[in-house]
Amino acid sequence: MKCDSCDQEASVFLTQIVDGKMTQVNLCDKCSKEKGVTDPTGFQLADFLLGTAAQKKSKAIAKEDDSLACPECGFTRAHLKKIGRMGCPECYHTFADDLDNMLRAMHKGTRHVGKVPGKQSPANITINVKRRINELKEAIDLAVEEERYEDAARLRDEMREVETASK
Amino acid sequence: MRFTTLLKNPADWMQGHGPHSEIVMTSRIRLARNLRGWSFPGWSSERQRVELLKEVRPVVAGLPEMKEGFNEEYIGLSKTKKQVLVERHLVSREHAARSTGCAVLIDRRQSLAIMVNEEDHLRMQGIRAGLDLRMAHELINRVDSELENTLPYAFDQRLGYLTACPTNVGTGMRASVMLHLPALVLTDQIKQVMNAVSKIGLAVRGLYGEGTEALGNLFQVSNQHTLGETEMELISRIEGVAEHIVQAETHAREKLVHEGPTMLHDQVGRAYATLRFAHLLNSKEALNHLSLLRLGADMDLVQECDRSLLDMMLLAIQPAHLQLAAERDLSPEERDARRAEITRQMLKSVPEPLNVTQGNAGSSATPPESDDE
Ligand SMILES: [Zn+2]
Ligand SMILES: [Zn+2]
Repeated sequence: MKCDSCDQEASVFLTQIVDGKMTQVNLCDKCSKEKGVTDPTGFQLADFLLGTAAQKKSKAIAKEDDSLACPECGFTRAHLKKIGRMGCPECYHTFADDLDNMLRAMHKGTRHVGKVPGKQSPANITINVKRRINELKEAIDLAVEEERYEDAARLRDEMREVETASK
Repeated sequence: MRFTTLLKNPADWMQGHGPHSEIVMTSRIRLARNLRGWSFPGWSSERQRVELLKEVRPVVAGLPEMKEGFNEEYIGLSKTKKQVLVERHLVSREHAARSTGCAVLIDRRQSLAIMVNEEDHLRMQGIRAGLDLRMAHELINRVDSELENTLPYAFDQRLGYLTACPTNVGTGMRASVMLHLPALVLTDQIKQVMNAVSKIGLAVRGLYGEGTEALGNLFQVSNQHTLGETEMELISRIEGVAEHIVQAETHAREKLVHEGPTMLHDQVGRAYATLRFAHLLNSKEALNHLSLLRLGADMDLVQECDRSLLDMMLLAIQPAHLQLAAERDLSPEERDARRAEITRQMLKSVPEPLNVTQGNAGSSATPPESDDE
């Protein structure tokens, strides 16, 4: 396992709970000492992620950068480092540079590919309805097989609803 | 709907018989949504939160799904009542800890719950019995689409739904299934299963208890990532994994019957005896015995003990439920006494577990080592 900070062999493996979820960080001996990982209470994952992001950008930029503030809500980079959360939706633009690395470490990708408000395409809806009806048919068969007739009746009503709604 | 009515009516998911409901207790989809132009609740002033609530609450309450539902502001709810909602998984622990500017709306069937001013402006969840994430998603997705007609959501073309914490950005969706896995625990296979699941980007944790301890053998599997995958991709992955776990648990149960029927009967019998006759039960003991009783019921070793009775018991023994019933705060000792009173009472209608005799236990069963000689 490589160190997340410098690509040397990692020797310190650290699991942190962030937002109720486990996140793992792997560090080499040297980096773990530099980051003060030996004192687990003083170590913040967000800090670390943001820290590397900032280092990669430019080593020259120092503390004054922490005062960068969101024009909409006044939230600063220092706040972000401290709590790992945003102040308002506009913060996502204000701190876009910091975020990129953070998101890379947290997610599968950096682009949203899911639901878009008000843009449920008609083709998608038809496919969804067909799939839903098939699922319901299967569920009804299963319910009958298991002699859960009330469930079967309920599912049948639901299927009729889906069918009429799609016409 | 009043609080007492909410409590009297069992939730839809407790009555239903969804797919694999002998192992998968519930499927949930939670969506995080925020309004453009407002600070997130953690960074806004109390005045702003109250104002946002004023804007949002009537819109949510006006949903056809919320007709005659439960709709309460937190300043009007006691600490115990909020805690009861937490124990029913209708609101989060974090939300229950807040007060001014917070509210929760729950539909009549208790399959939809919408929190206002949690970590995000809106946290809404759809709940279904058994393994049915798609239906849970359909429920909450419909509500979400209705709300977005009126409420200006904070949405970014590249990052998707913008949330207070970057761990939720994108779909803002957390899909989770609650699994009851006593046989995997009894056969010592649970660690393997948990490791395998966590390797593919899903989180597993015990529902009750701290750290690795999972009281009542209840586990929750959910997605870690919210950005870079569609809602359906996320849901399919969790469903696939849940199906695998269900299979593993089923095999483990078969293994118990064939390889250790005496041990199995012993576990179920002890669980029944304790719950039926004890006078002091702490939470941990009660949860673990209830789990084994449920296993016994699933495997037809315990008769006349159906799912809804077990679900009711699981709720009734929780601290806030006990305090609400007592109409006052209780010391831990008082809770233990009342908890035992409840299980004794509720198990009166359940006959003792079927007994196994060495004759029909199968020749493979080795008699337990005895100190008798
Ligand atoms: Zn290093
Ligand atoms: Zn901001």
